[in-house]
Order: sequence, then structure tokens, then C-alpha cells
Amino acid sequence: MIPVEILVIGGGPAGLCAAVQAAEMGSKVLIVDRNNTLGGQLVKQTHMFFGSEKQYASTRGFDIANILLDKIDKMKNVEIMRKATVLAIYEDGVVSLEHKDKYIKIKPKAIVVATGASEKNLAFPNNDLPGIYGAGAVQTLMNEYGVKPGNRVLMIGAGNIGLIVSYQLIQAGVRVEAIVEAAPTIGGYLVHASKVRRMGVPILTGYSIKEAYGTDSLESAAIWKLDENWRGIPGTEKKLNVDVICISVGLSPLSELLWQAGCQMKYIHELGGFVPVRDTNLHSSVKGLFVAGDVAGVEEASSAMVEGYIAGMSAAAYLGYKLYNMKLVKEDLMNQLDSLRHGPVGEKIRRGISNLTIEHEAAASVDAL
Amino acid sequence: MRIFKHPILNFERKRLVTFTFNNKTIEGYEGETIAAALHAAGIKTLSHSSEKHRPRGLFCAIGNCSSCLMEVNGEANVRICVEEVKEGLIIRTQTGKGDLV
Ligand SMILES: Cc1cc2nc3c(=O)[nH]c(=O)nc-3n(C[C@H](O)[C@H](O)[C@H](O)COP(=O)(O)OP(=O)(O)OC[C@H]3O[C@@H](n4cnc5c(N)ncnc54)[C@H](O)[C@@H]3O)c2cc1C
Repeated sequence: MIPVEILVIGGGPAGLCAAVQAAEMGSKVLIVDRNNTLGGQLVKQTHMFFGSEKQYASTRGFDIANILLDKIDKMKNVEIMRKATVLAIYEDGVVSLEHKDKYIKIKPKAIVVATGASEKNLAFPNNDLPGIYGAGAVQTLMNEYGVKPGNRVLMIGAGNIGLIVSYQLIQAGVRVEAIVEAAPTIGGYLVHASKVRRMGVPILTGYSIKEAYGTDSLESAAIWKLDENWRGIPGTEKKLNVDVICISVGLSPLSELLWQAGCQMKYIHELGGFVPVRDTNLHSSVKGLFVAGDVAGVEEASSAMVEGYIAGMSAAAYLGYKLYNMKLVKEDLMNQLDSLRHGPVGEKIRRGISNLTIEHEAAASVDAL
Repeated sequence: MRIFKHPILNFERKRLVTFTFNNKTIEGYEGETIAAALHAAGIKTLSHSSEKHRPRGLFCAIGNCSSCLMEVNGEANVRICVEEVKEGLIIRTQTGKGDLV
């Protein structure tokens, strides 16, 4: 059994920021990630980010990951274990993981779960054919390994991810035949939509996929128009000659570990599914277990980073570490979250979170110090 | 299907290694996953579902979904989307649920 002070599960933007903050307060941190490369979703993002300067807006996603990793490299009290998949969090607080074909047990004093999210799938005939991928898989193949997923793509979903991945496909020299979006309007930012439109990609709103065709792998697909109840209208089918379908219809929190640890969970549609209830310090209903980033509610890298700092600070404070101006720092972080959560989307997220918030006894929290 | 010219990214490929897929020799670069190397070689069908024998390919590429299980050096159910290529690996399409012993 390996003793650890603060265990951070997941080295995406949320986990990395949690580690930085907790280590700055003097605690010893171990970050584990199942990947060899840390940075989570950031490492696949070639575009410049939105947000404010504090969350590195206008910096490309993979550069943000490198900035955070450089910071951590210089910290003596942060250790990183790569290619280590956490398998379980038990009731007695023991965490088990698989690393280099070995089963390892860890006993941390506090845990920050920052495992991110996984992609939702979509039901349609033959949706299991090879050549049909989640948008993240397409990004992994082309932006991490420099391999094209195919030659002609149908993108399903015109949220930010669908739009951005379409743009990335074009950058990689792949043709995007069309983007279909079931909703009557484009969900993503208009700047991204205009960019792909300018490159000749039609965005069809009020359309969805009807069926995929192929024997060994995808050969073509049919799309059709939807009525106001989101049902396909016969006679409106269009056949597309595509060898790739990319599904980007949203994410849901990767929360298995939280369920297993016994965290109280609640279904909040606005946050992508079942999410952990927590207090404003991101302390879950399980003592000593903190949450941050997409696993706590699907949002963005910018808010994941701020949540990471808060969760890291709370975990360190929970173990008795202090920062002379902790209250001020927390206030600033809370303000950052507020300003990130403005506009109609942010409004929804705030509403979702307000249904989730619980209170812990003040004794173990940031506010008490 | 490798990308050689990209406006933003620079792919620094490591040492070239060879391995076999169903007895066919395939090339890949150290540091990349088996799935990436197979895709680069145009191989998309990785296995068949155990009951209806429908073709299975890559779906999530990050080790979540189990759509890419193959037999690697005799070991069944390896998630090849997170397993790196190595010189001399013997990779096979797995039948059914694979032999566990
Ligand atoms: C195409 C695309 C474009 C985007 N554009 C923007 C943008 O412009 N601006 C913005 O703010 N956001 C953007 N985002 C969103 C942003 O990338 C995510 O919200 C953010 O990465 C979430 O951070 P995270 O740390 O919570 O999770 P992740 O980045 O998903 O990191 C989670 C980490 O946990 C690890 N992990 C999971 N389970 C385990 C386990 N059991 N054991 C060990 N490790 C585990 C994973 O390997 C991963 O490294 C975009 C996302 C995508 C896909």
C-alpha cells in the first residue's frame, strides 16, 4: 500500500490545476493518468481557446497543456504516474490502479477526481459499422498520431466540438461532405460555423442521420429532414458517399469512480447526466473526495481549470494546509467561474449547479480558515 | 493515410517498427498505438461481434468503449487503441470472446 497525501485522478486541465494549487500550498500530490501524455482533451486541440486571459484564452489547446506541465515540472512535491488507470475507489478510501501490468493499491488522505467525460452515442441502423467514430476518436487519430480517419466525412452535431473537429479534418486534408444538426439552430459559436461554411461545408439544421450502409465498413449514409417532433420525414432522404461518420452529440461525465466511492449523484440534464452533489469548495458528499472539471458537469476547459484550482485548494485546506490570503483567492476563483458562466449556456449551467449544492460542516472547509 | 503536411501540427515520428496483423507485415512508428498504425495501413475492421458477427472498428480511441479488442502476442481482449506498437508484435483478429487462458 502506497501512502499518498493528495491523489489527483486524471491529468486534464482540471487535474493539472488542482495539483498546482494543492502543491503551492505545501501538500504532496500524486497525479495519475491512464495516458502517456498528460493534458486530457487539451492535447488534441489545435485551435485557440476562448475564455479570459487567466485561463489562457487565445492560446492553442495543446500549448495550454504544456504551460501547465512546465509549471508542474518545476514543483518538487508533485509526482506524476503515467499509463496508470484507476480501477476503483473503495469505501475505506483505498484506491487501486493498474500500472505496467501490475495492480497497485494507494491510500490517499484526500482525492481529487478529475476524470473528464466520455462521448455520447446515437442510435441509428448500422451505427456499429467500422468507420463510425466519436469526434474525440477522430481527433486522437489525426491530431495525436497524424493519421486520417478516412477521406469523406459526415459530421453529426453542430455544437462547438462538431464544428471544430470539422475544421480540424479540413486542416488535415480530409473532405467534410456535410454537418447535420437535429436542432433548428447551430449550437456552437458562430465564428466556428462561419469558418467551416467559408471552406464550403454545408451545415444542415433540422437534419439527422437516417441510416448507415456498408458491409465490412462504412460505405455511405442517408440523412433526412426532421419534423418539429424530431422525427424523420420520408421522402426527404439524401444519400451521401462517405467512409467516415463522426458523432458529436455531446458528452457525459465519466463518473463510475464517483458512483463506486458512494458519492451522492444527481441527474442534471444541463450538466450532461449524473453528476456529484458538492459544496462550493467542490467537496463531494464523501469526506475527503473532491471533484473538478467535466466529471463534475460537462463545461469547458476554462471552467475545468478554475474548478481544478478550487478543488486543489479545498483538498489541501482539508488536510490543514493554508494560504495566507485563501479567502481572497477563493473569491477571485468563484468570480472567474461566474464570468465564464454568463450568457444563455452559462445560465443553464448555473441553474444546474444550484440544484446540486450541499453544505459541509465548516470545520474542514476553506471558509473556516 | 498518414498526414505529412499540416498547417499547425508537426508530427515527429519516432523509429519505424514492423509487426504482423493476421500474418501480414505492417509498419508503424514507436510511440503510436496499434490502432493508429492499423488505420494508417487502411485496416478498419478490427474484430467481429461475438453473437451476430458484425464487423467492429475503432470508436472512442481512448480505452473507454472496448470496440477494438484484439489478440496481441497470444493475449486476448487487448484494447489496441491504448496499446503501443512494438517491433515484432503478433496481432490477430480475435474470435468471439477470446481465449482467456
Ligand atoms: C473538439 C473540442 C473542442 C473544445 N474546445 C474548447 C474551447 O475552445 N474552450 C474550452 O474552454 N474548452 C474546449 N473544449 C472542452 C475541454 O477540452 C474540456 O471541457 C476539458 O478538457 C475538460 O477538462 P477535464 O480536466 O475535466 O477533463 P479531460 O480533459 O477529459 O481530462 C481527463 C483526464 O482523466 C484521465 N482519466 C479518466 N479516467 C481515468 C482513470 N480511471 N484513471 C486514470 N486516468 C483517467 C483521462 O485520460 C484524461 O487525461 C473542447 C473539447 C473538445 C473535445
